[in-house]
Amino acid sequence: MAEKTSKHEFRSNTVPALVTVGPVAVLLLCLVVAPLILVAVMSFCSTDEFYNVVYKFTAVNYTKLFSVDYLRIYGQSLLIAFVTTVICVLVGYPFAYLIARNKTKWKKLLYMLVIIPFWTNSLIRIYGWRAFLGSSGWLNKFLMMLHIVDEPVDFLYKTGTTVLGMVYCFIPFMVLPLYTAIEKLDSSLLEASSDLGAKPLRTLFEVIIPLTASGIFSGCIMVFIPCLGYFFVSNILGGGNTDMIGNLIERQFKSANNWPLGAALSIILILVTLLLVKLYQKLGGDMDSLGV
Amino acid sequence: MKKTSKEKRNKGLGIGFCSAVYLFLFIPIFVVVSNSFNATTSKPYLSWKGFTLDWYLKLWDNTSLLSSFGNTMIIAVSSTVLATIIGTLGAVGIYRYKFRGKGIINGLLYIPVVIPEIVIGIALLTIFSNVKIPRGMLTLILSHVSFSVPYVIFNVRARLSGYDKSIEEASMDLGANRIVTFFEITLPTLAPGIAGGALLAFTLSIDDVIISYFVNGQTKTYPLKVMESIKSGVSPDVNALSTLVLIGTVGLVFLTQSGLLSGKHKKI
Repeated sequence: MAEKTSKHEFRSNTVPALVTVGPVAVLLLCLVVAPLILVAVMSFCSTDEFYNVVYKFTAVNYTKLFSVDYLRIYGQSLLIAFVTTVICVLVGYPFAYLIARNKTKWKKLLYMLVIIPFWTNSLIRIYGWRAFLGSSGWLNKFLMMLHIVDEPVDFLYKTGTTVLGMVYCFIPFMVLPLYTAIEKLDSSLLEASSDLGAKPLRTLFEVIIPLTASGIFSGCIMVFIPCLGYFFVSNILGGGNTDMIGNLIERQFKSANNWPLGAALSIILILVTLLLVKLYQKLGGDMDSLGV
Repeated sequence: MKKTSKEKRNKGLGIGFCSAVYLFLFIPIFVVVSNSFNATTSKPYLSWKGFTLDWYLKLWDNTSLLSSFGNTMIIAVSSTVLATIIGTLGAVGIYRYKFRGKGIINGLLYIPVVIPEIVIGIALLTIFSNVKIPRGMLTLILSHVSFSVPYVIFNVRARLSGYDKSIEEASMDLGANRIVTFFEITLPTLAPGIAGGALLAFTLSIDDVIISYFVNGQTKTYPLKVMESIKSGVSPDVNALSTLVLIGTVGLVFLTQSGLLSGKHKKI
């Protein structure tokens, strides 16, 4: 009797489960799993003289990954992504704190003002920065008007310019999770801390920051990882002087047409991602806070 | 007395700091908007030659720009509709049924969210070229669906976690079948999550540069058109279109915002 009901339940649930989960499963299989496996396979292949991929095992791409030029670019990528993340925390944290703890009627508007710039296409905003920082841009005009400089300063095509563009692209990914974490903070805890004699700075480091640490972690993951792949920012603002690993991959799939080498370079990015996500989980990070 | 002056100073510092960050966020927007009124006609269209509204008229003659914008809209609408249907069904199914491989599906959903977009882009390019699907509108839509579905699922799932299954049982007990119950009970309850997921999918799609850049073939989307024009200088009509889009979105959001919020408050 018990067996019969369970069988009945099984039958009645198979069809709806297939109808609901089937499409997602097929999608993930065909457009996420299969492509990534193919990339892994291709990273062990080579190309013929017509740039076609030859599916025959070779480790040559992986030996190329260790060339001095490439190592320098990995270092540069990690440095740019790291500095970008640090700046996003240092600027984003107090900024998110001030908006989240704002008690006036402007709070909602202040929050919206963080999001509005991101409704304009990201490329055109990065181009806006290039126009602003260029030798005939507003910044130079302004500095010359104030006689701070006599002739235009070249702000473009430097590591700092690329970092600025990256900070610009990713700062909302830091501010928004921090805003959520800080807003949830129970203000009675802060009052308790100060009532018990803690100075504001001590309350900050021993109460506020530990309680919002999860927001900082998830923000860092969401800034650091995508930053490594944002090739167009370093293209537009760095002008080829600040290549990152994303630029290397882009070139292999476009102008250089060596897909297997590009695939091997992508494997590095996948490994870095896995490593950081594992670290994030170890530190107690919740995967769901990564999907803003 | 001393304390209040200190508090005042701190408050001033806070306002100054926030204004600086907002200025940083809006500088490129000011540049884009002001360049759309720039009367200059020589590349790279950067030096200010006086105020004009010409670019807003000339925009309508730039058929390649307009058609790229049309492509972006077609891709965004179709990928949002598909991703919302697939994602909503998936979220409900994953939440409700026990089946083998559930943990795997849950894990796989995070891949498009955490892996850098460029890796997703080249992986999709590789598979499309291997199975010989011609690159264009179809591959763009498929790609956009693949990266938006997880966001729809996460949004719907957040809604499901506070969901009371007993109202569905009540509906079935009262004689409604599974499909009627899904449309009459489940969907309306999940509506805010579905709407949030769809909005996110739409936003991700219209702004996507990196993944589209690899899978587009000859089809140009609006961001790719901008990318192409960056080398020679973005002409003011592109700025004009961006300005119009920005005004449109801000207007739309401010119109719907009050309604959305009051709906949210009622539910919670």
